[in-house]
Amino acid sequence: MTADRIPGRVVVVGSSVGGIRTGQALRAAGHTGEVVLVGAEDVAPYDKPPLSKQVLVGDQSAGDIPLLGPGGWAGDGLTPVLGRAAARLDPVGKQVILSDGEPVAYDAVVLATGAHPRSIPAPEGSLVRTVRELRDSEAIRAQFSRGGPVVVVGSGFIGAEVASSARQLGLEVTIVEALPEPFARALGSEVAARIGRLHADAGVSVLGSAAVARVESLADGTGVVHLADGRRLPAATVVVGIGVVPATRWLEDSGLDLDRGVLTDEYCRASGAPDVYAVGDVARWFDVRSGEHRLVEHWTNAVEQANLVAHNLLHPDELRPHVKAPYFWSDQHGLKIQMVGRIHPDDRVSFLRCTTSAGEKDVALYSRDGGFSAAVVLGWPRAVVACRQAWERGEDLAQVTGRLSALATAATPVPVG
Amino acid sequence: MQIKADVGKCQGYGNCVDLDPEHFDLDDDGLVVLLRTSVDEAELEKSGAAVRSCPVQAVWLADHDG
Repeated sequence: MTADRIPGRVVVVGSSVGGIRTGQALRAAGHTGEVVLVGAEDVAPYDKPPLSKQVLVGDQSAGDIPLLGPGGWAGDGLTPVLGRAAARLDPVGKQVILSDGEPVAYDAVVLATGAHPRSIPAPEGSLVRTVRELRDSEAIRAQFSRGGPVVVVGSGFIGAEVASSARQLGLEVTIVEALPEPFARALGSEVAARIGRLHADAGVSVLGSAAVARVESLADGTGVVHLADGRRLPAATVVVGIGVVPATRWLEDSGLDLDRGVLTDEYCRASGAPDVYAVGDVARWFDVRSGEHRLVEHWTNAVEQANLVAHNLLHPDELRPHVKAPYFWSDQHGLKIQMVGRIHPDDRVSFLRCTTSAGEKDVALYSRDGGFSAAVVLGWPRAVVACRQAWERGEDLAQVTGRLSALATAATPVPVG
Repeated sequence: MQIKADVGKCQGYGNCVDLDPEHFDLDDDGLVVLLRTSVDEAELEKSGAAVRSCPVQAVWLADHDG
């Protein structure tokens, strides 16, 4: 009987977007049992993309970025357990143990603990910051209000967005990237060159091959970033964006299979214990398309997996695999950068310039042997929808180009770079 | 249920269109266009997932009088 296998009490660990959307999706799908949400932070759940953008520049504050519906916890039908982190998972006794030792029993548990930011060795004090929680963003905002210069360590999306926000506030900004080509790790050289020009035009100083040797704190609260090659950059604030580490330490004695995340099957069911699921930045799920385990640290992936897990919990005989196109966006200096798919190092990159009613728009297309790997769309959201559909259907480069041409009044290949 | 939209909030992320292309589309400016506003029982799962996937809550579901 299917009904016997539908869990009564679902415990979701993590109160960011993956966790909250899982709870909401369970209710939307008609789940009648209790849904408990365990969150380490004792604040109303909030959304994280604005932390490097609108919250930093003061356009939004905590109350503007809720994850719960207008009726709050009760309206969404969720039972909050806040202010205590999950400290241990006991899959045999089917309970989550909180940091103060209190057990929370479950019939099924969804792990949505996200990831922690990596940082660099830093002197004591508030000079060096990372961006992950609301309080991080609020603290950086307060520091920005006292003036620059700002040094951003790392040219990933968080770093690039923080640099953009700091420029919006009129601060002097330098991005330092240890690799020779800033912005290239996620986007490849060709598109990275474009993004580099975007930042240069906005007045950001971008340094490649610029590894940080150490950060020195001065008596007045400011500091100096010492680069490995001897250059010295004065800084009132140093923001570090050099990636994240999945939050799995609390699971180390759980018996779950961990490998830079919680390993799951294509249905987001964790390996190593029954009735355990994982979503979002902590989940390394089996990707049927590539035959490999993948971890995608992006907002949309967490929401898609939340919907998927809610469905799979309630429909054990109609399990759905996670097969959506990887997708993320980034807003930098007024330009919306949207990426679909997955770049391979051997991909060839071509640019297509499309004439639309809203002006000329460029799309970078990544392909290998005629197959469509990925697209980076600059300021033309409508094209992103087409690229996601094409990717999920396994279409080739010619088909994607055809879809984009159909959306435009003219589409012309333009030189790369 | 009915779908509501605040075009002023829309940022063109396109998640609604990806999940429910029968109700949602984007125009060339990247702003949401509602192709149809009424949602029947059979469409509720899809449309609900679409509105929950909006990063800026520019679309939502309301009762007919809501």
